[in-house]
Amino acid sequence: MNSYNLKEVMNKPERLAPGHRMCAGCGATIAVRGVLRALHEGDRAVIGNATGCLEVSSYMYPYTAWEDSYIHNAFENAGATLSGVETAYKALKKRGRLSEKENFKFITFGGDGGTYDIGFQSLSGAMERGHDMVYVCYDNGAYMNTGIQRSSATPRYADTTTTPVGKESNGKMQSRKDLSAIIADHDVPYVGQTTLTRDFKDLHRKAEKAIYTEGACFLNVMTPCPRGWRYETDEIMEICRLAVETCYWPLFEVEHGKWTLSYEPKKKLPIEDFLSKQGRFKHLFKKGNEELLVAFQEEVDRRWEDLQYKCARA
Amino acid sequence: MAKKDRMSGNEAVAYAIRQINPDVMPAFPITPSTEIPQMVSTYIANGEIDTEFIPVESEHSSMSAAIGAEAAGARSLTATSSCGLALMWEELLVAASNRMPVALALVNRTLSGPININCDHTDGMGARDTGWIQIYAENNQEAYDNFIQAYPIAEHKDVHLPIMICQDGFITSHAVENITLLEDEQVREFVGTYEPEEYLLNPGKPMALGPYSISAYAMEARKNQEIAMENAKGVILEVADKFRALSGRGFGLFEEYRTEDADFIMLIMGSAAGTAKQAVDDLRKKGKKVGVLKLRVFRPFPATEIAKALSGCKAVAIMDRCESYNGNGGPLGSEVMAGLYREKIVIEAVNYIYGLAGRDFTVDHVYEIFEELEKAVGEGKTVEQFRYIGLRE
Repeated sequence: MNSYNLKEVMNKPERLAPGHRMCAGCGATIAVRGVLRALHEGDRAVIGNATGCLEVSSYMYPYTAWEDSYIHNAFENAGATLSGVETAYKALKKRGRLSEKENFKFITFGGDGGTYDIGFQSLSGAMERGHDMVYVCYDNGAYMNTGIQRSSATPRYADTTTTPVGKESNGKMQSRKDLSAIIADHDVPYVGQTTLTRDFKDLHRKAEKAIYTEGACFLNVMTPCPRGWRYETDEIMEICRLAVETCYWPLFEVEHGKWTLSYEPKKKLPIEDFLSKQGRFKHLFKKGNEELLVAFQEEVDRRWEDLQYKCARA
Repeated sequence: MAKKDRMSGNEAVAYAIRQINPDVMPAFPITPSTEIPQMVSTYIANGEIDTEFIPVESEHSSMSAAIGAEAAGARSLTATSSCGLALMWEELLVAASNRMPVALALVNRTLSGPININCDHTDGMGARDTGWIQIYAENNQEAYDNFIQAYPIAEHKDVHLPIMICQDGFITSHAVENITLLEDEQVREFVGTYEPEEYLLNPGKPMALGPYSISAYAMEARKNQEIAMENAKGVILEVADKFRALSGRGFGLFEEYRTEDADFIMLIMGSAAGTAKQAVDDLRKKGKKVGVLKLRVFRPFPATEIAKALSGCKAVAIMDRCESYNGNGGPLGSEVMAGLYREKIVIEAVNYIYGLAGRDFTVDHVYEIFEELEKAVGEGKTVEQFRYIGLRE
């Protein structure tokens, strides 16, 4: 990989054109543009997309925001659909119907609903079969397109429309699924977990690695959602920073089974700093709910320790 | 040129796939169609063809991957049965609405429950409104011949629709019969190479597929799809003509067997048509004026053509190897009767249900049904509709 220059990277032509209908302050499109900037000049791409906010807002007939070839099939099958596209590429190349010098890359995007849940089997199959593709999950921690229902990526205690906070409820009762680890356990060549950082270097570097590592690669990008998380749109970058600094969303990568921390906070911040910025956790700060914050912190600590242990292994 | 052999229906379709050598085949095993992907995998393993096989983790994924491959510019196909087809139902609609000429070898099997692996047409009939062309075979020869005609029909520029080539589970798929095969070169020339106008891997000409479409546009897309299905009727006949020139074996939308002067006709689809023909031959020897209308093309449904073909007879037995659970008979019963009404052809029409979940259907059943039709017309007896044939007492 070349040395990273923010200005240079940001000046690359956009492959997701403006004019799409995604919300202001949405993390998904920022992540998509960041991933696509990692494509090398001259390389073509076929973009896949699971049904979700990104799909219905970026390709509304007769307009498309995508500069590259794009395929949306359904909600639960982005992995399988791109498997077919990538295999067709092999077939056409082998049979001389596509020139040797043409270089296509295969990248598919899905939200956490389409990736952690309904599309999990299709993703797992595509990863296990080792198609030369990148699956990018934009994880905003709930089914945002249908109106903020909980997913298996939703953190504990989050207030969602199917885990509403009420007299008898403190939001979602279960912990978040660790999908990055699960995909790493598929023994794929590359898994990267990242989010939007101030210089976008982590996302760029991991996207480039994922795109240019042969085989099935996976990126899990935390992308806040202003509607679901309930924050002011200009706070998105600060929320991402706090997710990393509290170790709620650590940055790491797994290359051929080797786990590496990409960033270690000098001083791990208390989880309250991340939670207090978001309306979905407002109830945790009510009097009498102190033990919920303690439990949340304990879970973050346990997972962070576990990750450190994995990364410390030679 | 023609080669004589003995093959099961599954072998015959796998052999046709070998001769076509398509680009991509994703598949997931399910009885009784499992042998097809197995045999194709063996052809690939032995270097006889270089199709890319994707061993997907479900039938939903096999159709999803087939759509992806087809959209990318590759000729693709899969094979399935029963629950496999049911699982890919959503994707059947996506394939058709995106106008992907994917081929599917369907080996008809009943659906659960109770779980049962034997033949009826519940799977294919369940997919009857998904926008796929559906062609049914009576035997291994027809399964083979129909599969070779599949891509020229589906990929035709006036059609651009996916196509299902159906044969009866076990009865056809596993029974070994004599077959006449074409030479590999003949098949390759007949089918040609896939040359889509628009595809994802077209360098410098990107394409977007699968939009969200608001109400102001979506209805026109449906209408275009419907027009394509209507166009398919003519194209199926054109392709059949070319195939006749090549093989000497002719096909229409349906086959009329000894119907010219028939007073009583049995309308039937799939392998049981063979049984019905045998019974007709027996009854003809006894002077009965009976015949068989064997439906080959179920989608597009040749309602007018069927009605006209039945216009000269006194009564028709419409045979459904499927229960619709609508209190109104089977799918063939409903559609044929609607066609007769529209053409203002008033004949006695009785809908029977037979052969569910592999229940035997014999010549004795056919005799019994013709006798019932004869009584209905001759003695004015009301005949029970939607009667189950061969049901245990």
